Amino acid sequence: MKISHLFSSPGEWVRGDGPHHQIVISSRVRLARNLRNHAFPGWAKKAERLQILEQIKPRVEELTEMQDAFSEYLQDLTALDKQVLVERHLISREQAAKGVGSAVVMNRKQTLSIMINEEDHLRMQALRAGLQLKNVFKMIDKVDSALEQKLDYAFHRKLGYLTACPTNVGTGMRASAMLHLPALVLSEQINQVIQAVNKVGLAVRGLYGEGTEAMGNLFQVSNQTTLGEKEDEIIARLNQVIEKIIEHEQNARQLLLQKKLSTLLDQIGRGYGVLSHAYSMTSKEALNLLSFIKLGIDLGFFPEEKRMAIDELFMETQPAHLQKSSQQKLAADERDSLRAEIIREKLKSFPKPDIVKPSGNGHNKPKNDE
Amino acid sequence: MTCDVCKTNQATVFLTQIVDGKMQKVNLCEACSKEKGVTDPTGFALADLLLGLGAAQEIEKGSGSQKCTICGFSQADFKKTGRLGCAHCYETFEEGLSSLLKAMHKGTSHIGKIPSRLAKTLQLDAEMKTLQKDLERAVAEENYESAAEIRDKIKQIETKHEV
Repeated sequence: MKISHLFSSPGEWVRGDGPHHQIVISSRVRLARNLRNHAFPGWAKKAERLQILEQIKPRVEELTEMQDAFSEYLQDLTALDKQVLVERHLISREQAAKGVGSAVVMNRKQTLSIMINEEDHLRMQALRAGLQLKNVFKMIDKVDSALEQKLDYAFHRKLGYLTACPTNVGTGMRASAMLHLPALVLSEQINQVIQAVNKVGLAVRGLYGEGTEAMGNLFQVSNQTTLGEKEDEIIARLNQVIEKIIEHEQNARQLLLQKKLSTLLDQIGRGYGVLSHAYSMTSKEALNLLSFIKLGIDLGFFPEEKRMAIDELFMETQPAHLQKSSQQKLAADERDSLRAEIIREKLKSFPKPDIVKPSGNGHNKPKNDE
Repeated sequence: MTCDVCKTNQATVFLTQIVDGKMQKVNLCEACSKEKGVTDPTGFALADLLLGLGAAQEIEKGSGSQKCTICGFSQADFKKTGRLGCAHCYETFEEGLSSLLKAMHKGTSHIGKIPSRLAKTLQLDAEMKTLQKDLERAVAEENYESAAEIRDKIKQIETKHEV
């Protein structure tokens, strides 16, 4: 499969509507694995990395899950292509910086992605829409079980799967969910939530993982530890916490509707106004405003059938996607004006927020997520 | 008190985080706290920070100037990158790593998935261990009849699986 095919459809998780899809954008589980008799990628010399790559890549490509897959060496991808993959969460920023000696293999649906020679020899992830960590783990666990038959993994009796970074040793698993929490941010409860989540040994991060800023009210919640706990225990614990966060977000939304309706309407109205009329917009501003439109749809202020258009804009307005669609490299200010143009165009067919009519078809009565 | 990261400036930011009942403390100067994103609670996890600095010190304590015999990785390299060189490094730096892992994780032993081909060996190992203990006990109790039985069992496993 060519990369152009891959790019032509946005990937299942962007369009998908999994469980709790209003608040949980996506669920992801990644496993880190290494070969027993080779240095980790960061320490191995180029020749050894190439050797590792040629040992692993064919084994990954022959997986039943990877029939009709996209498989490419990192040096054969343009900087822009790599960035598009990062924006889709299909490769890490770290992998995007790699060249000769690294590769990525992903399925057509973009639910499975396997990075070779990232920080570890193998970083494999499954990614689905909504909250379904258990299913996602099953998917990647199956891939892992198939690969372990053919590859000699570095496994320690006491420490489990050995990884380049000691923070991943044991299960080598990082499970995470991307949450959209505008009401917790608006009602200034988000820091409390983050602190509470940290206290139970889970991490909260921004849109693109470690060290990134929280934009568009999007937060990634993941397990912090990997040793001393079984995979399904980690996932159950994470799931429990996420369900609690969903509950808090729903309560915060109710509270905004009941007690701070004008603040809420002001945010949604301003978001709508600026997005429909701006001529220059950074991706950060776009995400932050789109977040309130998304909230507006959840709360019934915009028609449900407009949801897809907004979800797509979250992705389409990211810098690399923007340049990919215009088929040229753009300077920051050119991107900002193109971004504003795309959004204006899409919002043309968008009705004004429906806030005048009394309740009847969903206003002030948020549809329950499931 | 000097900053734990740059070790030059006066520390003005004192952080304490309790994760799973374990207290972690870091002292930072203003510049380093900003750089590490400490002031932004969303992007910050103490473990990440501790990993970058405490880790290397822990390893230093345990292993001195040791180098991994397989890949030539040294503790200075770990200090620089926060990553290890190869699977064998876990043996080489075991002493220093163990306290680090203890502080970092929920437990000290892996109890999750095991590669299927290893699972069998590990199970046999465990079986052998119990049998050997039983044997010792039987000998100590001068119960030679059951000792002979246990020895036969051990031999059986050994020949069958060429342990």
